[in-house]
Amino acid sequence: MQALEVEKLSVRFGEQYILHDVTCGVGEGAFLAVVGPNGAGKTTFLKVLLGLVKPASGKVLVHGKSPQEMEPKWLGYVPQVKTLDRSFPALAIELVVSGLRGRWPGRIKPGERKTAIKALEQVDAAQLAHRALNSLSGGELQRIYLACGTVRKPRLIVMDEPATGIDMVAQKTLYQILEDYRKENKSTVVMVTHDWGVANHHASAVLIINREMIAFGLPGQVLTNENLARAYGHAGHPMTPIIE
Amino acid sequence: MFDILAYPFMQYALVAGILVGFLASYYGVFVVQRGLSFLGDGLAHAAFGGVALGILLSVQPLWIAVPFTIIVAIGITWVRNRTRLASDTVIGIFFALSMALGVVFLYLKTGYSVDAFNYLFGSILAVTPTDLAVIAVVTAATLCTIPLWGRWAYATFDREMGLVGRLPVFFDDYLISVLIAVTVVVSVKVVGIVLVAAFLVIPAATGRIMARTFAGMTSYSMVIGILTALVGLLASFRLNIPSGATIVITQGIIFAALMLLTKQGPRLGEPARTERGGA
Repeated sequence: MQALEVEKLSVRFGEQYILHDVTCGVGEGAFLAVVGPNGAGKTTFLKVLLGLVKPASGKVLVHGKSPQEMEPKWLGYVPQVKTLDRSFPALAIELVVSGLRGRWPGRIKPGERKTAIKALEQVDAAQLAHRALNSLSGGELQRIYLACGTVRKPRLIVMDEPATGIDMVAQKTLYQILEDYRKENKSTVVMVTHDWGVANHHASAVLIINREMIAFGLPGQVLTNENLARAYGHAGHPMTPIIE
Repeated sequence: MFDILAYPFMQYALVAGILVGFLASYYGVFVVQRGLSFLGDGLAHAAFGGVALGILLSVQPLWIAVPFTIIVAIGITWVRNRTRLASDTVIGIFFALSMALGVVFLYLKTGYSVDAFNYLFGSILAVTPTDLAVIAVVTAATLCTIPLWGRWAYATFDREMGLVGRLPVFFDDYLISVLIAVTVVVSVKVVGIVLVAAFLVIPAATGRIMARTFAGMTSYSMVIGILTALVGLLASFRLNIPSGATIVITQGIIFAALMLLTKQGPRLGEPARTERGGA
């Protein structure tokens, strides 16, 4: 059974197609990078996998189940750090425990604390456990979100542009942590990224979309000048190791 | 000091003040963190429309104001979820419409109405055993929803994470709006329509500047809400000035004092520091 099966997926808002005829599939433990320009429907694609948007047509299965049927504990969602409401009073450990409970914690039980600290250790952030979320840098916060998204050992981790707003060193650390986690737990990762270099270097499969499917396959086969030009309207990019 | 407790109206007012202080400050943390501070104002003015209709129909105003305000709260939530309009815009529409209806209803009622004045500015003398019974029922209902605090707080922190966790986020939006609406209506006898929004916002905002966690913010808010209601009511009786205004001034003084005494972090809504060379 495929970890993720998407067949002829179309999503429509009113009369307008946001995604049209997208087909892809990856096995357990795969790292799927979703690449495309702004407004290409990447986030909508993630929302379909998360069960937040219903397709107009087509089939989407995660470990053989429709996203709406999936148990929440199967899903690890890592949002963009820029979405954090910095006025919300919270400690890093509370965010991780909220990932464990699926509720915001009032009093943290000793067992929950132990599990949360372990998840924080895995992302090299145990020392941040009792820091206020709004005092953390983008890179630190992204690691806390990753600990929150992975604390229940989900089968599918969905990440929306995790590198946005964090520097190169923090990005490198983040991808290394993610790769180690994926190998250890055999979880499938789906990540939206603007960075073709990251897709080429870290992903085991790449989906290029711009409202419709441009290409899907191994990074070396699909990250070509031709496909990127079709998606973006040009192929030049400072971080692009494009395959000629 | 305690001699005033011999008066039944003062007993009613104090119990009502404590319960209303608890209700408004408990829901206030969600109001403040969801950026709905204007909702209190909108619902208070909706309550005015309901009270005015009750006066016009010569019915106990509370019986009309409660359903009227609930309908407005549901209307605000429905329009907000259905359109892309900002919350303050939607609230502004319902606010003005309810106020306009209230003005027309009062105009149609011939003769001066003391009742309307009591509802506008609050009066401890006006709290009846019926009002107290309604407040007690709303308090009991609120205590029953305390197990929902965790899921409300989670969706308040990040709505999308709540939806991914399969929480009934949209249902909770309506539930919270209705409970806030009922709280606003039952609070107006003590605080007054004009000032009830402050009752929702100031204790929660004070709790926010004191606490590092949302649970802490909720606890501080409730303690401040209850204590300021008590102190404000007693001061209002001693100084013979309006109860609602006295409570809100007490809350304002405590907010200002704690804001000046508490070490503040970075400005809310701004990052504490930025990444090296990054955003």
